[in-house]
Amino acid sequence: MAYLELDRVAKQFGAQTVVDDFSLAVGKGEFVSFLGPSGCGKTTTLQMIAGFLDPSRGAIRLEGRDLTAVHPARRGLGIVFQSYALFPHMTAAENVAFGLEMRRVPRAERAERVRAALAMVGLAGYEERYPRRMSGGQQQRVALARALVIRPSVLLLDEPLSNLDAKLREGMQIELRQIQRTLGTTTILVTHDQNEAMSLSDRIVVMSQGRIEQIGTPQETYEQPASAFVSQFLGKTNDFAATIDRTNASARLVAGSWSAPAPAGFSGPVTISIRPERIGFGDAGLAAKIVTRIFQGNHWLFQCESECGPAIVIRQNDGQTQPAEGDAVRLAWRVDDMSLRAGGAA
Amino acid sequence: MSAAADTAAANAAATADAPTARAPWALAAPALMLFIGVLVIPLAMTVMLSFHDWGQYKGIEPVFILKNWHEIATDPYYAEMFWRTFRIAALTTLITAVLGAPEAYILNRMSGRWKSFFLLVILGPLLISVVARTLGWALLFGGNNGLVNKLLMSLGLIGSPLRFMFTETGMVVALAHVMMPFMVLSVWAALQRLDPQIENAALSLGASPPTIIRRIVMPQIMPGVLSGAIIVFSLSASAFATPAIIGGRRLKVAATLAYDEFLNTLNWPLGAAVATLLLVALVLIVVGSNALIERRYAEVFR
Ligand SMILES: Nc1ncnc2c1ncn2[C@@H]1O[C@H](COP(=O)(O)OP(=O)(O)O)[C@@H](O)[C@H]1O
Ligand SMILES: [Mg+2]
Repeated sequence: MAYLELDRVAKQFGAQTVVDDFSLAVGKGEFVSFLGPSGCGKTTTLQMIAGFLDPSRGAIRLEGRDLTAVHPARRGLGIVFQSYALFPHMTAAENVAFGLEMRRVPRAERAERVRAALAMVGLAGYEERYPRRMSGGQQQRVALARALVIRPSVLLLDEPLSNLDAKLREGMQIELRQIQRTLGTTTILVTHDQNEAMSLSDRIVVMSQGRIEQIGTPQETYEQPASAFVSQFLGKTNDFAATIDRTNASARLVAGSWSAPAPAGFSGPVTISIRPERIGFGDAGLAAKIVTRIFQGNHWLFQCESECGPAIVIRQNDGQTQPAEGDAVRLAWRVDDMSLRAGGAA
Repeated sequence: MSAAADTAAANAAATADAPTARAPWALAAPALMLFIGVLVIPLAMTVMLSFHDWGQYKGIEPVFILKNWHEIATDPYYAEMFWRTFRIAALTTLITAVLGAPEAYILNRMSGRWKSFFLLVILGPLLISVVARTLGWALLFGGNNGLVNKLLMSLGLIGSPLRFMFTETGMVVALAHVMMPFMVLSVWAALQRLDPQIENAALSLGASPPTIIRRIVMPQIMPGVLSGAIIVFSLSASAFATPAIIGGRRLKVAATLAYDEFLNTLNWPLGAAVATLLLVALVLIVVGSNALIERRYAEVFR
C-alpha cells in the first residue's frame, strides 16, 4: 500500500487553477522529486501536503488516514524551506531543539538528539552559532537537522539547494542522498534542476502548468519521455517530424532520407525523439550539414542543419577524427534508442 | 627656523591638493551653516541663558549664577512636574507598544486593498490638526454626555464620568493617539524583515499560534518595538501642543512650563533651565536605552 497518497488533488487561487488532477502514490522510504519549470505549481503541491494550503479538491492520505483533517502542527512532517526560514534569534542548537521542545521531549534526551542531528549534518561544534554568522551551506544544514530531528514521517524539501553555489550544491546532493538512505525517511524534493532530480530521486514527477506530465524513474523519464515537454525539459533532445509510409508491403518509418521498419500502433504523422548522444555519423541516414563544432573536453558537440530541421549530436572524445564544420554528413541511430510519439513535432 | 620651513612646506602641500581636500567641506558648508545657525547657536544660548539672573523689575541680568538650577533642584514643584512629564511619556509609550505592535502584525497579514486602507487610518492622526484631534477626544469624553463616558457608565464600569480636560488621563489618551503611527510604522519595518515562511516553519515543528507569536515573532520584532518606544517616549516627553490644549496652565508638563516661564512670567532664564534639563534628561534616556538595546541584540541582528 502507498505510504503517502495524493488523490486527484487540485488547487485554485480564485479563477486560476494552479494544480490540477495531481495523483501520486509514494512508497515508504522512497525519494520522489517534483520537477518542473518555475511557476508550475510544485511549491503549491508541497504546501498542500504540509498543510499550509488546503486543496480545493481531492484527498491526501498518509498510511491510509486523511491528512487534510490533521492540523499542520500535528502532521509531524519535516520541512526545509528554500529560504531555510531559520529562527535568527536562536542559536543552531536552539533552532534544532525547537521541534523537540514543542513535543515536550525531556531536556537530557533533547540535548542528546540535537547534538546527534547537528553531528549528522557535519555541524558538530557549531551549536552556539547564530544563523547570521553561518554560511549559506551551514544554514542549509541547520535547516535539514531541524527538520530531521523530529523524526518526520515525510521529509519535504522545497528547492533546498538552489541558494548554494554549484560546487557546494553537488556536495550537498551526495550528502542529502546518503542521509536519506541511512535514515530511510520518505522524502519529497521540489526542484527545477533536472540534474538534481535525476541524481537524487528514486522517481521523478515531471510537472508542467500544474499537471503531471510523467511519473517514472530518472532513466525512464530520460529515455522514454511521455511528451515533448518531458523530453525537452530533461536534457537536450532532437525532435524530428516523420511519417509512416504504407505504399509498400511492409510499412516504413521515414524521416527525410532516414528510414526504418515502422513499429506497430502508429499511423500518419509522428515525432521521433532522439537524444544527441545516441546519434552517430554513418554512410546512410538523415542528410545534414555541420554548422558548428564545439570541443568540450570529454565530448564534441555538433550543431547541424538537417533535412528535418536543426539537430544536435554529441560524440564521445574517443580519439577518432571527427567531421569538421561545413562537412556534409549522414545522421543515423538505432530504433531502440529513439522514442516515438503520435502527431507532428512540437 | 627649520620648523618654519616645515610649516611652509606643509602649507604648500596643502595648497597643492586643496581642491580635492576642501571640496567636501565646501559642499557641506551650506547645510553645516544652517545646522550651526538654527540649532547649535540657539541651543548654546539657551544653556547660557539658564545661568543668568532675573528679577521682576530688573529683567534679565547677564551674570553667571546657579540660582535657577538651585531653584529647580530644591523646589519639589519642579520635581513633581518632571516626574509627571516622564510618567505621561512612559504611559503613552506603553499604550502605543501594547496596542501598536499587534496592530502592525494584523495589518501586515491583511491582503492588499485592506492593508492600504487601514494604513491610511493609522496614519490619519498625523494628518489632522492637533486642535481638531484633541477637541474630538474631549467631545468623546465631554462630561456626562460624552459618548465614551455614557458607554462606560451604562456598562457599569465607572460610577462617575471620566474627566478628560486638565487630566493626565486625557493627555495620555490624546498623546497615544497621535504617537501610534510612529510605533506601528517602526514595528511594521521590523515585520518586513521577517522571513515570510518563518511562521510556517514553526508551525510544521508543532508550535501553536500563541507559541509562534511568543517564541518566534515577538523576539524578532522586539528591536522594532524598542526603537518605536524611543521615538514615542522622546516625542511625548517633549510634546507641547497636546498637553497645552488639554492641561492648559492648570496641569503643566516640562514643555508647557518652559513656555509659560518664557511668555507669561517672562522669566527667560528659569524657562531656559527647564528646557535644558528636559533636553539633557531626554538625551541621556535615549542614548542609554539605545546602547542597552544594541548590546542586547548585537548577537542576532546587525
Ligand atoms: N497565494 C497565491 N495566490 C495566487 N496565486 C498564487 C499563490 N501562490 C502561488 N500562486 C501562483 O501559482 C503558480 C504556481 O506557484 P508555485 O507553486 O509557487 O510554483 P513553483 O513552486 O513550481 O515555482 C504561480 O503561477 C503563482 O503565481
Ligand atoms: Mg517554488
